[in-house]
Amino acid sequence: MNKVLPLIIAGILAVLPLIGLSSYWMHILILVIMWSVIGMAWNLLGGYCGQVSFGHAAFFGVGAYTAGILYNKAGISAWWGLPVSIVVVVLFALVIGYICLRLKGPFFALGTLATGVILRVTAENLTTLTEGDLGIMIRERTWIDKTWYFYIILLLAVVSFFTVKKVIESKLGYYFVAIREDQDAAESLGINTTFYKTVALSLSAVLTGLAGAFYTNYMGYIDPKIVFALHDISIVAIMVVMVGGVATFWGPFVGAIIMVFLAELIRSIPRLGAAHHTFFGILLIVIIIYLPNGITGDNPKLKRLLRIGKTT
Amino acid sequence: MAMLEVRNVSRFFGGLAALTDISFSVNKGEILGLIGPNGAGKTTLFNVINGFYSPSQGEVLFKQERISGLKPHKICLRGIARTFQVVKPLQRMSVLDNVIASAYLRTHSRAVAEAKAIETLKFTGLFDDRTIISKGLPLGKRKKLEIARALATSPEMILLDESFAGLNPTELNESIEIIRNIKTTGITIMIIEHHMKVIMAISDRIVVLNYGQKIAEGSPEEIRDNPLVIEAYLGDAQNA
Repeated sequence: MNKVLPLIIAGILAVLPLIGLSSYWMHILILVIMWSVIGMAWNLLGGYCGQVSFGHAAFFGVGAYTAGILYNKAGISAWWGLPVSIVVVVLFALVIGYICLRLKGPFFALGTLATGVILRVTAENLTTLTEGDLGIMIRERTWIDKTWYFYIILLLAVVSFFTVKKVIESKLGYYFVAIREDQDAAESLGINTTFYKTVALSLSAVLTGLAGAFYTNYMGYIDPKIVFALHDISIVAIMVVMVGGVATFWGPFVGAIIMVFLAELIRSIPRLGAAHHTFFGILLIVIIIYLPNGITGDNPKLKRLLRIGKTT
Repeated sequence: MAMLEVRNVSRFFGGLAALTDISFSVNKGEILGLIGPNGAGKTTLFNVINGFYSPSQGEVLFKQERISGLKPHKICLRGIARTFQVVKPLQRMSVLDNVIASAYLRTHSRAVAEAKAIETLKFTGLFDDRTIISKGLPLGKRKKLEIARALATSPEMILLDESFAGLNPTELNESIEIIRNIKTTGITIMIIEHHMKVIMAISDRIVVLNYGQKIAEGSPEEIRDNPLVIEAYLGDAQNA
């Protein structure tokens, strides 16, 4: 069952565009799948390897701007951003990792938070390359229809899912979890903690960067405040995983569904819509107190809670 | 042949000398006991050998090669494994996964690592507990898990930091048996222990530290009768 379930879900998702969903629903689906990719990426580093990053917008933004700059400056299709961003993002991950991975726990979180902000400010001011706050507009959209965008991000999600699964079930996965549980013990068991943390960060960054490069192509417009956003990218990446389930295969997917729908729902409430970050904050507090392992991770507990709710 | 040589090692923390000019060697295949009152520097010495600290002065040689200054994971790869006094299980992993994680040191194959882990768990008597999440293990078994994890890295030498502290008499006897069995497999052992009966019974030789200095070295009988050692533990007879 566990082996075929991902294929069944991917299959169901693959036929969804064929039933003639409206453009709005396609957009929601694309966002859900894009956020599951980012969630899976964050989960690899934060969930399995225990290095909680508050700066994943850095990698998302670098991926997005790689695509944008290739289009704007090199004059080639922004789709080249997907393969090229892999190289660019790894370079950024190595530099950021070199600085931040020597920090532990909350200090790592603060370090990554700072790098995200630094990159945003850099993108705002490096106008010769990034056009600053004007942003980059992709003037010729590849498709008007959303179907192909959907299939591309779905493919990316399937690849991410199996990459993460493969990694976690291998020696790397054991080493990541060992580092999360006790870095000193891991080191004395012969695990080169610096090296393996860098591997986790790079893998996570690449997947996030690919999502960023896709975003540029899909939305057709990026600016530093959107793609390097602390609250809209870095924090939401954490929330997707926390809500869905830390260190679970399905957590990021479940979390992405909930977060995207919740955001749409709250935004549609008159006058309260603008305060959707407030609701996210409250939700995060509730989740951390009652379901610290997220909806997938605390599945039995959730069922018990719901049953109690019915009987009383 | 000396497996491990500690040469004139000192370690300072600011102005505090945790270790001062320590020299001794451990022969291949022997059990060397390391004793001393609380705060004598025993664990610091382990941390220096294992690479968590580099010595402020002096050097450590393993099989005639200098290892001081290397990172702990490199030293583990060379063949020195250790356990921790304050046990550090990988809490949210099962007992088996804990040991598999360390067995992966010498292989990339899951099957090989698992086979090694199961062999080690049987050796240390933890096989029946293999599916338990290690957070829920009682202390006695956690101490055994430390030993199992160290053994799974296929070491040539193992540093045991108070593997007997807090064990009940049954567990104590089991652990002594395990240590003796480790010795028969040819692994060199260095052990820190406060339990005098145990250390006297299993050690081939004993090194005694006090206030970061080596005050005695010799066979258990010699150590037992050494006036300096008695003084370190019980105080000066005339002032008593």
